[in-house]
Amino acid sequence: MIHRFLPLIVTIAVLVVGFLLCALQFPNFASLRVVGNLLTDNAFLGITAIGMTFVILSGGIDLSVGAVIGFTTVLLAVLIEQGGWDPPAAFAAALLAAALFGAAMGAIIHVFRMPPFIVTLAGMFVARGMAFVLTTDSLPINHPLYGELNDVAWRFDGGGKLSLPAMVLLVVLALAVVLAHWTRFGANLYALGGNRQSAELMGVPVARTTVAVYTLSGLLAGLAGIVFSLYTGAGYSLAATGVELDTITAVVIGGAQLTGGYGYVLGTFAGVLIQGLIQTYITFDGTLSSWWTKIAIGALLFVFILLQKGLLAAWTGRGGEPAEA
Amino acid sequence: MTPYSPQPSAPLLAIRGLSKAFLGVQALDGVDFTLRHGEIHALLGENGAGKSTLIKTLTGVYRRDAGTVALEGREIAPRGVEEAQRLHIGTVYQEVNLLPNLSVAENLFLGRQPMRFGFVDRGAMRRRARAVLSGFGLSVDVTAPLGRFSVATQQIVAIARAVDMSAKALILDEPTASLDAQEVAVLFGVLRALKGRGIGIVFVTHFLDQVYAVCDRITVLRNGRLVGERRTEDLPRLDLVAMMLGRELEAAAHRIAADPAADTQAGTDARPPLVRFRGFGKARSVEPFDLDIRPGEVVGLAGLLGSGRTETVRLVFGMDRADRGEAAVDGRTLRLRGPREAIRLGFGFCPEDRKKEGIVGELSVRENIVLALQARQGWLRPIPRRRQEEIADRFIRLLDIRTPDAERPIQLLSGGNQQKALLARWLATEPRLLILDEPTRGIDVGAHAEIIRLIERLCADGMALLVVSSELEEIVAYSRRVVVLRDRRHVAELRGGEVTVDRIVSAIASEPVPAGPEGAPA
Repeated sequence: MIHRFLPLIVTIAVLVVGFLLCALQFPNFASLRVVGNLLTDNAFLGITAIGMTFVILSGGIDLSVGAVIGFTTVLLAVLIEQGGWDPPAAFAAALLAAALFGAAMGAIIHVFRMPPFIVTLAGMFVARGMAFVLTTDSLPINHPLYGELNDVAWRFDGGGKLSLPAMVLLVVLALAVVLAHWTRFGANLYALGGNRQSAELMGVPVARTTVAVYTLSGLLAGLAGIVFSLYTGAGYSLAATGVELDTITAVVIGGAQLTGGYGYVLGTFAGVLIQGLIQTYITFDGTLSSWWTKIAIGALLFVFILLQKGLLAAWTGRGGEPAEA
Repeated sequence: MTPYSPQPSAPLLAIRGLSKAFLGVQALDGVDFTLRHGEIHALLGENGAGKSTLIKTLTGVYRRDAGTVALEGREIAPRGVEEAQRLHIGTVYQEVNLLPNLSVAENLFLGRQPMRFGFVDRGAMRRRARAVLSGFGLSVDVTAPLGRFSVATQQIVAIARAVDMSAKALILDEPTASLDAQEVAVLFGVLRALKGRGIGIVFVTHFLDQVYAVCDRITVLRNGRLVGERRTEDLPRLDLVAMMLGRELEAAAHRIAADPAADTQAGTDARPPLVRFRGFGKARSVEPFDLDIRPGEVVGLAGLLGSGRTETVRLVFGMDRADRGEAAVDGRTLRLRGPREAIRLGFGFCPEDRKKEGIVGELSVRENIVLALQARQGWLRPIPRRRQEEIADRFIRLLDIRTPDAERPIQLLSGGNQQKALLARWLATEPRLLILDEPTRGIDVGAHAEIIRLIERLCADGMALLVVSSELEEIVAYSRRVVVLRDRRHVAELRGGEVTVDRIVSAIASEPVPAGPEGAPA
C-alpha cells in the first residue's frame, strides 16, 4: 500500500513541512486567512491543473489551457459588457465553447493519430488568436452580479474566508477524485495511459475516452476562465499566459508521470498548493524578488522528477513475486 | 467451479477451409482445425507455417478470404479480439497484454467493474478478484500493480480474465516462452483445471516436451496448409518432427563422404580449441551448454524454430550476457562483456535478419564491406580511401558479388549479393571465428550453393565457423560437427559419420532424459 502512494505522500509531506516552516518564520502565517487566500488565489490554477491531470493520466498533454482561460475571460467580457448578456448565460456559452474546443482537439488527436503535443500547441495559438480577434484591450467587467459573486464567501472568525472560487475548486476536486477512482471512465483513463494497445485489446473505448478527456480539460479550463474573470474583474487576451506550464508543473510535482498511467488528482492539488505556498512565502518575506518563486519551483520540479524515476525503478524492477504488497 | 455439462454433438470450435493471402502470398490455404470441449490442442509448425495467421484470422484481427468458423455449431465472424471475447473466444499472448500500471483487480475487471449506485464498487471488485484468482490457485494482493508480479503470474491473471469473461475457447499464443520450469508447471496445473471445466484450449508453442506433457491432440501446419491432426498418444515424436519439417525419414543420408582425417581430428580433440565454453548459459534464454570450436572447424547448430539456436550464438558473440558458466579463448578464461570485446577477440557475426541488423542500405557496397574493419580499428584512424577500394574490390571478386561497381548503394543489390557483402564485411576483419545465422535465408538457389562452397573454402583456410541453419541438408553438407538443440537445451552432438539428416531429426525428436535442473549434456 505504502509503495503506491509514496509520491503522493512525499508531495503532501513537502506541503505540510513547507507550511510549518513558513509558520515558524512568520507568526501570522498559520491562519485561516492565509489558507483561505491560498485557495482563492490558486483556484483557477487548481481547476485547470485537475483537467490537466486527467489528460496526462491518459498519456496525453494539453498545452491550450492557458490560452483557453484567456479566451474565456475575453469572451465573457465581450458578451456581458458589449453584448449585454446576463452573466449566467455568458458562463454557459463560455463553458460550451471551451468544451467544444477541447472535444475538437481530442477528435483530431484520435482520428488523425496526431501527437497531442502538436495538436494542443496549435490549439493554444488558435485560442489565443481568437481572444485577440475579439479584443486586444483589457475589458473591465462591471456587471453588478460580479460584485455579488465576489462577496459570496463562507467567513470564519478572525478574518478568514472561503471565497466562491475556493469553493468551486474544492467541489471540482471532490468530483474529480470520484471520477478518477469510482467510475469506469477513470479506470479507462489509467488504462489508456498505461498502454494504448493493451487498453484497446481489453475493450477500453479509446476514441470516446480520448475525446472525453480533452473535452473535460477544455471544460475545466473554461471554468477556470470564469473563476479568473471573477477574480480579476476583467477580460484580457493576454490573461493566464504560461499557465499551461504551471499546471503541468503542478501535475508532475503531484506525482503523476508525463508518460501517463500513474498519478493522483489529490497529488496535483497538493502540487498547486506547494506552488502557491512558495509565492505566499515570498510575499510575506517582502525583500525577495518574485522571480525566486520560479527558481524555487524549478528546483522542486527537478527534485520530484528524480524522485519519481527512482521510485518507479524500485517498483517495476520486480524481483519475482512482490516482496510485501 | 460449476460441473460441466457436455454439448452433445457440435465441436467447440470448427474451422473449415480457412484461407488468407497477403499480397498474393498464400499464408493460409484451406486449413481445417477442430477444437473439442475439454481438450488441450497443440497448434504446431515451423516458421511461416501459418499458426499466427490462423489465430489472427480466427479472432478477426485479419479478415479471412474464405472458409467458415463455427462455435458450437453456430457460425461466427468476429471482427476483432474484443468481439471474439464476447463470442467466448479468449486470447492470451506471449507478451501479456494487460496493464502493468493498474492493480490486479482492475486488470481483471477493466470495462466490466461491479457497479453500485452508478459508481465502481471497489470493495466488491477486490473480493471478486480474490475469489476468481483463488480458483486458479493464486493468492496475491489484488490491489498491487500488476507490473510488480512475475510474468507467470501476469499470464495467469490474463487467463483468469479471459476465462472469467466466459471464454469457452482459450487461445494461448506461446504462453511459456518467457517462463521458467517451475512457472510452466504452475501454468500447466491451471490449464488442466480449465480442461476439467470443459474449456477447450489452443496451445501454440515451440517446446515439444511441453506438447507431450500437457496436450491431448496435435495439429500441424506447414507452409499455410494443414499437414494433419493426431491424438498425442498416437504420434511418436519422430513422426511429429517429420510432419513439421515435411520430410521422409527413409530418405538416404545426404552426407558427402566425410574426410576421414578430419573425422579423426575432430574425434581425438588433437588441436587445442579456439574457444571453449563450459556450463555457459543464461536463464530464460538457453540452458547451460558445453561447446568447443577448433580452428578450421565448421560446427552446425540444428533444431526447430525457437529451440535456442539464435540464443546460443547471441551468447557466444556477447550480444546477450551469459549469467552462468565460463568462456575461454586460446585457453585463457575471460568474460564476454559484449560484441565489441567479441570483435576484439577476432569473432565475427552475420545475423539472421540482415535487413534489420546487418546491412546499411543507403551506404555503398564498399562502405558496407569496410564497416566492421573500420569499427575495430577505431573511427579516429580512418582507413585510406585507396585501401578501402582495394579491400572492396578484392572481396567483390573473391565472393563474386554481382554489382556494377563498389559505389552502388547496397540496397539495390539482390538478397544473395547483400548476404555475400555482409560476409565480406566480416571476412575483411580476418576473423578467427565467424558466426553465421541462417546464411542462406531468402536467397536464390544459385547463390545458396555459392555460399555453401564459400563456407567450405573458409574453413580450409583455418577459420572456425559456427553456423545456424534451418536447412538440414545444408548443415549436413558443410558441418564437421552438429550440435542439436531442443527446447532451449543442447541435446546431442553429432560428429563425423554421424552427421546425417536422419540422425539430426531423431535427436530433435528424442525423448527428454529426466535430468536435474542443470541437465546440460555431457
